[in-house]
Amino acid sequence: MSEKTSINETIAWQDITPGGNIYSSGNSINFHTGDWRTNRPILALEKCSHCLLCVPVCPDSSIPIKDGKRQDFDYDHCKGCGICAKACPLNCISMIPEGSKEVE
Amino acid sequence: MSIRERLSGNEAIATAMKQINPDVVAAFPITPSTEIPQYFSKYIADGLVDTEFVPVESEHSAMSACVGSESAGARTMTATSSCGLALMHEILYIAASNRLPITLAVVNRALSGPININADHSDSMGSRDAGWIQIYSESNQEAYDNFIQAVRIAEHKDVRLPIMVCQDGFITSHAVENIELIEDDKVKEFVGEYNPKNYLLNNKQPMSIGPYDTPAYYMEHKRLQAEGMKNAKDVLLKVAKEFENMTGRKYDLFETYKLEDADTAIVVINSTAGTAKDAIDRLRKEGKKAGLLKIRLFRPFPAEEIAEALKHLKAIAVMDRCDSFSNQGGPLGADIKSALYGTENAPKLINYVYGIGGRDVRVENIIEVYDSLYEIIETGKTGETYRYLSVREREVE
Ligand code: SF4
Repeated sequence: MSEKTSINETIAWQDITPGGNIYSSGNSINFHTGDWRTNRPILALEKCSHCLLCVPVCPDSSIPIKDGKRQDFDYDHCKGCGICAKACPLNCISMIPEGSKEVE
Repeated sequence: MSIRERLSGNEAIATAMKQINPDVVAAFPITPSTEIPQYFSKYIADGLVDTEFVPVESEHSAMSACVGSESAGARTMTATSSCGLALMHEILYIAASNRLPITLAVVNRALSGPININADHSDSMGSRDAGWIQIYSESNQEAYDNFIQAVRIAEHKDVRLPIMVCQDGFITSHAVENIELIEDDKVKEFVGEYNPKNYLLNNKQPMSIGPYDTPAYYMEHKRLQAEGMKNAKDVLLKVAKEFENMTGRKYDLFETYKLEDADTAIVVINSTAGTAKDAIDRLRKEGKKAGLLKIRLFRPFPAEEIAEALKHLKAIAVMDRCDSFSNQGGPLGADIKSALYGTENAPKLINYVYGIGGRDVRVENIIEVYDSLYEIIETGKTGETYRYLSVREREVE
């Protein structure tokens, strides 16, 4: 009964939901807000003390943690706001413009 | 047996609302539609309906509350006029794009300024591109019948769009006339229960309504919305057929009066159609073949059917009870012209702005319109196509 259509940028108008309604919950992970990013946070992992101060300030939960240690960014959802870079006491995070040489 | 009564147009709408017994009515008073929520509040106080009445502080809030309650899954109604409808404008689009079948009784009145409270179609014509279905009514009987049918049209699964049922301020909203009401149980059976497929209060299926839409999806959503509008015409005809089976009263996309063998006709909306029918009867006695096309469904616009009904005429006057200040005439004039585009030997067409701000329209005024049509036929000259009817004018040397 649920109209849980898999909605992506190839969907035809006949298959889309009226008004963009979303007929299920817990699916914002499918919405890749990372597309909006103009600056990419780059982590210098060797300098990181894993204090995890950057983790709670990320508005998009884009800093995953495993066994008490932070992992690399979830670039599918990081919008590049740079709050984490400001929060880091050891300056491990640099914000690099997307498309620049350093990013590649 | 139907019930014979004497009601004003506003009482007729309030009575239809009472019989439908909607889940929610959210409304703010404005002349000349104030009586609708006023009568309805009394029905609530008297325990005649189970409706939740939401008194709000503006029409913007009234329509916002309607959007909320209809999204929740409640059958929702409201009424407004003039500046009230203008204040709803922003939210009208949200109701349409979220596909919420809200029923709105519009009692047509002029927009300010200059400030004026009388009959005029500027209000609902200003909403014509908002994505609402619009149905117009000549009399209290039609307002009542249209309002009951509107619920079925709007809520139909192939349509799911909000709907306005319009009538002329004071002329029909306040004039008391004979009316045939349908029995309560028959109305209830006709409109049925509102069972939306998806709604916010369904705890078995959580949903989000009205999320931000990026350029990658907006067009697809709008195209889907347009499909609902395309389907509305056939649904309206099916509902009209069922309504006719119940009441014997016949409704269509539009009404014609002595149009089949006519050489001239006027196209008109709402109460002036009654005046025009009188004018036609007089003209017919003089042997003049005058006819009428009265708009019922204005959005979506049944262009092909209208063109088919008008194509045999020699000259047509389209009557707009508002001006669109395009220097070309009013909105109905523009739509009729575009409907006739491509018709071979299309009739000559003039467009009158008439009756705005409640200016009286008498049989004599309508006869003047036909006179100008016969002059066009005789001389072969259309002259100015954008005209004002019965406006005081100084002779220009
Ligand atoms: S840049 Fe902003 S969105 Fe991206 S990981 Fe850092 S805090 Fe989160």
